[in-house]
Amino acid sequence: MTTATTTTPTTTVRTTTTARGRLMALGRAEMTLLARNRTAVIVALLVPSAMIVAMKSTLEQVDLGGTGLTVAAAALTGGIGTVLIQAVYMNLVAAYVARREDLVLKRLRTGEVSDGEILTGTALPSAALALTQSVLIIVTGAAFFGVTAPRRPELLLAGLLLAVVLLTALAAVTSIVTRTVQTAQLTTLPLFLVSMMGSGLFVPLEIFPGPLASACEFLPLTGVMTLVRSGWLGVPEGADLLGAALTGLVWTALAVFAVQRWFRWDPRR
Amino acid sequence: MAFAVLQRYMTFVMGSDDSSHCSWSCPGGNLESMTSDEIPQGPAIEVDGVRRSYAGGFEAVTGISFSVARGELFALLGTNGAGKTSTVELLEGLARPDSGAIRVLGHDPYADRAAVRPRIGVMLQEGGFPSDLTAAETVRMWAGCTSGARPTAEALELVGLGHRAGVRVKQLSGGERRRLDLALALLGRPEVLFLDEPTIGLDAEGRRDTWELVRRLKEDGITVLLTTHYLEEAEALADRLAIMHRGRIVTTGSTAEVTAARPARIRFELPAGVAPGHLPLGLRAAAEGRRVEIRTHRLQESLTELLCWAAESNVPLTGLDARSASLEEAFLDIAKSAAEAEGVTVS
Repeated sequence: MTTATTTTPTTTVRTTTTARGRLMALGRAEMTLLARNRTAVIVALLVPSAMIVAMKSTLEQVDLGGTGLTVAAAALTGGIGTVLIQAVYMNLVAAYVARREDLVLKRLRTGEVSDGEILTGTALPSAALALTQSVLIIVTGAAFFGVTAPRRPELLLAGLLLAVVLLTALAAVTSIVTRTVQTAQLTTLPLFLVSMMGSGLFVPLEIFPGPLASACEFLPLTGVMTLVRSGWLGVPEGADLLGAALTGLVWTALAVFAVQRWFRWDPRR
Repeated sequence: MAFAVLQRYMTFVMGSDDSSHCSWSCPGGNLESMTSDEIPQGPAIEVDGVRRSYAGGFEAVTGISFSVARGELFALLGTNGAGKTSTVELLEGLARPDSGAIRVLGHDPYADRAAVRPRIGVMLQEGGFPSDLTAAETVRMWAGCTSGARPTAEALELVGLGHRAGVRVKQLSGGERRRLDLALALLGRPEVLFLDEPTIGLDAEGRRDTWELVRRLKEDGITVLLTTHYLEEAEALADRLAIMHRGRIVTTGSTAEVTAARPARIRFELPAGVAPGHLPLGLRAAAEGRRVEIRTHRLQESLTELLCWAAESNVPLTGLDARSASLEEAFLDIAKSAAEAEGVTVS
């Protein structure tokens, strides 16, 4: 019954789209797709929990004495890192490749939406999922595992946001060399493994020998993870927050540059 | 039912006769062209000396020029690989030409895409949608990115997909996906519409319905640039057309103008014992065995001459067939002569 009223010819005021409106439209569609992709949802929910349990049992055998971290705190901050990589990076590489191979990106580019908006809009639900999970981990840690409430919330938030932006850009870069959705599982492994081992996700960097630990400071995710950990647990003495932020920003800038330069909008055939 | 109300309204606006031969329902009044504050001036599309080459050096478009007036339907014809899609992508602002200038509604479609995009509608030859969204969800997503978008239900009704609104894209047929694509191109009530092979993959009925819709859009003053390799499609719809071959425009004009330059054709078979040499000398005939083909620019005179000769000589002309040049003949003729000029034979 309502259809008749919407199609009644009235003097139509021509609405103009805004960047916000376009992003919301893309994000909403992508959210629907994410919700319908049962595997992705289950993986996104289960893997971080499993990782936290695995880290905890590993960390119980590591001497954390010199790091000032409790086992729970180290495992849960690593859990946030895992969530970010899983929900943002791995999810988005698959999503960008799928949309590219289905010619969705090509079709979108004929419209009013800009290139940056296409990539951002597609990333919104994954970003929201990762941030929600991170909040859950922090709440759980504070409520049940005796970890402190965030000491520097503003630092924590800045770290999380920078991590999301960086991983989104890195996902777009990785999609360039990814042929199909299936091969995304392979092409996302290097960053996943390097970050797990070298960016303090699985074990704190402090237990590595000096030169190795310093080298790891320059890995893509080490900077943002330092910000997140410092924001939650408090800034350790002698921590180089500026250096950490700079590392994160430089990697983000490099990734954005690579995307602008080499991102593939048409299918690889 | 809302549908019945709609139908009645449609009949009132469109006139029942008009809509009866189109099986899609049309929400009346909404096809009216957008009211633009600007006074239309100058051509809708201007192309001047445009070239486009791809990485690797292949030059797909080798210097073409044409213009399309506002409200005109212009068809780009050509064999596969002639450069049609490469040209249309430049007009849509998806790529920048290597040299030459393009103006769509007075703007550079690549550099000034923010000004052009809200006023044009695009249907790619091959464009996609997420396969797990429904038709309605796809339109809704697109509407959020389109200035002055029609309501979702109206856009789907426009292309006869109203009953498929809740169906996932992956379950739509190829033809239905094509129509969904068309719905998105029309979503923002564009002033200029680019249709790249719009009826590929459609059955006869779907094709006819698309033609009907395109005609109505044209009546509403929308400028349409269409590529096709169905010659009858160009013949049925186009005000003017250009035939492309190997990146060049080899001929352009109205259908009548393009075909007028081509000779008409008379074919028949001579009875055994009558040699083609006996034909009147005024006729340029080519014979193959007993079969004769005459090409002429003055069909009526040539035919009169032939028939008078046949009557006087009492020669029966079996299978006599005389026809003016059609677009198809013009097209084949052009492709053939262009190929011959390049030393390639075309069957």
